[in-house]
Amino acid sequence: MTKLKKAIDIIGIPRLIIGLFFIALVITALAVGLTPSSLFSDILRRWMMYAILVLAMVPGVQSGIGMNFGISLGIVSGLLGSVISMEVAYVKGWFFHFGAGAAWLTLLLALLIGIVLAAFVGAAYGLLLNRVKGSEMTVSTYVGFSAIAMMNIVWILLRFQNGQLRWPIGSGLRNTASLQESFGGLLSNPDVYSQSRSIAIPAGLNEAGSVTVQQPKALSFLAIDVGGSGFVLPLGLIMVFALCCLIIWLFLRSKKGLAMSAAGENELFAVSNGINVDSMRILGTAVSTVLGAVGIIMYAQTYGFLQLYNAPLMMGFAAVASILIGGASIERASISNVIIGTLLFQGILTVALPVVNAVINVSALPEIIRIIITNGIILYALTKARGGRR
Amino acid sequence: METEYLLSMNNISKEYFGNRVLKNVDLQVKAGEIHALMGENGAGKSTLMNILFGMPVIHQTGGYEGQVQLAGEDINITDPHDAMNYGIGMVHQEFMLIPAFTVTQNIKLGRETGKPNMLPLIDKVFGRDLDTLQWDEMAKDSRKALDSIGMMNIEEYAKVAGMPIGYQQFVEIAREIDKTGIKILVFDEPTAVLTESEADRLLEIMRLLASRGIAIIFITHRLDEVVQVADSLTVLRDGEFVARKEVAETSYVEIAQLMIGRTVEKLVEDEDTDKRELSDDRIALELEYYCVNMPGERVLDMNVKIRDGEIFGFGGLAGQGKIGIHNGIQGLFETEGNVYVHGELLDLEKRGEALRNDIAFVSEDRRGVGLLLNESIERNILFSAMQVKNEFLKGGLLDGKKSREHSLEMIRLLDIRCTGTQQTVGSLSGGNQQKVCLARAITLNPDILMVAEPTRGIDIGAKKLVLEHLRKMNREEGVTIVVISSELVELRSICDRIGIVSDGKIADILAPDSPDADFGLAMSGLKREDVGE
Repeated sequence: MTKLKKAIDIIGIPRLIIGLFFIALVITALAVGLTPSSLFSDILRRWMMYAILVLAMVPGVQSGIGMNFGISLGIVSGLLGSVISMEVAYVKGWFFHFGAGAAWLTLLLALLIGIVLAAFVGAAYGLLLNRVKGSEMTVSTYVGFSAIAMMNIVWILLRFQNGQLRWPIGSGLRNTASLQESFGGLLSNPDVYSQSRSIAIPAGLNEAGSVTVQQPKALSFLAIDVGGSGFVLPLGLIMVFALCCLIIWLFLRSKKGLAMSAAGENELFAVSNGINVDSMRILGTAVSTVLGAVGIIMYAQTYGFLQLYNAPLMMGFAAVASILIGGASIERASISNVIIGTLLFQGILTVALPVVNAVINVSALPEIIRIIITNGIILYALTKARGGRR
Repeated sequence: METEYLLSMNNISKEYFGNRVLKNVDLQVKAGEIHALMGENGAGKSTLMNILFGMPVIHQTGGYEGQVQLAGEDINITDPHDAMNYGIGMVHQEFMLIPAFTVTQNIKLGRETGKPNMLPLIDKVFGRDLDTLQWDEMAKDSRKALDSIGMMNIEEYAKVAGMPIGYQQFVEIAREIDKTGIKILVFDEPTAVLTESEADRLLEIMRLLASRGIAIIFITHRLDEVVQVADSLTVLRDGEFVARKEVAETSYVEIAQLMIGRTVEKLVEDEDTDKRELSDDRIALELEYYCVNMPGERVLDMNVKIRDGEIFGFGGLAGQGKIGIHNGIQGLFETEGNVYVHGELLDLEKRGEALRNDIAFVSEDRRGVGLLLNESIERNILFSAMQVKNEFLKGGLLDGKKSREHSLEMIRLLDIRCTGTQQTVGSLSGGNQQKVCLARAITLNPDILMVAEPTRGIDIGAKKLVLEHLRKMNREEGVTIVVISSELVELRSICDRIGIVSDGKIADILAPDSPDADFGLAMSGLKREDVGE
């Protein structure tokens, strides 16, 4: 009995309840006849797709700024990096010159621009947060909203030539830009390696105005369709997430990382050990923002689309809810909180929709249910923000 | 009993969770008398007053034993409202005023006079809470109360915010006076926050009130004030009644002696022979015109030289500034003046400067400053050495093996009772937390160790171990140790010299075997010469 109690204590009651709910949902899903392979494939894909965005919460929390609702700043940095990179790739005819490698180049350039932008924006944002100590989370929520609104103006003003990005008529960028002719699915979609793609290039490079590109089979281990069953193992995506986790883990064990965690946990303790608390908070905010940029690029490549304008508005909330469900508190968060929390949150969303659809067949209902479930989990997570024992 | 006491509290005892904080204490006050209630911090003064006021904290923890009589009749005060009805009032040390309200509003708060509302129905439905307030009358009452304590120049319509501290205190007094039928007025260390002239004014007002037949209980540490205004006094020590004296029949020295008491208990045995050579030429730490702006513990213009290799103690009452000393050097609060370490000026503007100059600290606020409660014992022990001296790092990362070995050694050395190096510090007992703090400081290998309240809230066994270890570090490794403590016994048992801090300054530097009275006088900011004995 005491062993059971201890186990519950370690897992934490919120995680236990949500975990059981998740399992119940999966069982129901299988009972109503959903295909197990595609169901589990979806869960895994969405889990990894969101995980880096959730991981972005860890440095923020550890440095003492609480949940970084302003992760939208990182998200827009990543999006800006992506569109700039795609435009460069198009204008310079990368696919004509480099073939399949152009997709990888585009992805790397997008990451590079995104990370550099996010680092600067994040540091500036950290300076702001140092001036509003005590109400970081409220301020960051509105900073996040404002960043999205401001970027709406930027998106509409950008005069890009890439047909995937710009509106077919008029100027400005599309709401949703397909990554089919760019880096979409490189790390998670087996089709990229089994089928060739026709990619538009600027006029004057060749007669057809497009090139056909086939990613090398040698790289197909990055996205494996296990035994042709429809269960996809997005190894590339998992590796990127694992790498991010490793970097953060190492960072949190470095002198700077430990100083940052101490500053977040106990400001006076940190000051009494000669640590500059403000600069540690800026560091944490910047790292968090950078992870947000990497996270949205990984999200977009998995999803296959870049979502501009208001799409990322609530992504911060989903990330916050995930890590809270994972057992983090607004004072302490760990990588295991990220892994567990993202699985539970995204898992439930992935499974609940088809289940609801199968049970009640009304056309608009799934969207409504999705909103209810998402916000319900966020609310629950915030009330239980104390976290389990680590 | 020959004299008729207005208030008499007899045989009062109180227990907090099995801890007896008051033992058969008596307090008697006559009408029209100023009675000083004296004792060190923790002597039981506040608890006694809480009983008098029927504070919830008393009744939630099982009430008290003993008997309270007002004008010869047994009374039972179960909540602060009762106390008010009996005519007992209090002037708090921290003002209970609302800054954004006017003087009148503050004086009348909760006791407003009103007349039934114009709309009779409202009165019937909501009761008198929605009465129309009669500000004119209330202002008149306030004026009267202010005038009666000679505060003609405080305007009753002025806002409290921005008033000088002294005025705020007088507004508090006016509020108590305004309560009808006030019989007993308690002043809780009223002069602690006042300037000298304000304090004189206050004492005058106390005399004035007493002359009108109000009994005044005056809680204070300041001997000179007691001798100046009080008629009689009661001294408490460690929750026990020590004596009731008429001021006219006693002296500074006697009162001081009563407050300190004879505690011969030696906490640490000095078994080894002392081979240290202390010299006034070798100064480890010097404070010169040193000020620290720590709220509640200000250090004002302190000058002291601590010799290399000695154990120096800072004692004194709470709020006098001893706690500010190390917090300033540690960089937690703004400082002025000069601090020299081995003759070299320390740049206190720079973060972590003291640590880099081999000064280590054990904070008085274990949980607030001294520890990362959610982190492991290991992380806590290593943290400072890692950050300041880059120890326990391998390739920029924490060296797990080395740090575990070191923490295990510390756990053994200081006998930290835990389940392992990974246990979170928050789940340890107070004594073991204190040992972790000490371990962190020792890990820095300091030249100078500043330890504040080393034994606060820890059991006797841990206390002995901690003090013994400090002495050992001093004797065997030649570490200069500065102990800041409220417990005189502790200071007297391990220190070579003890500086008593009063009003942010060193009142006197005494040898541990100096007479008790000298310590008592120093705590009131006096020297034996000052009182002419």
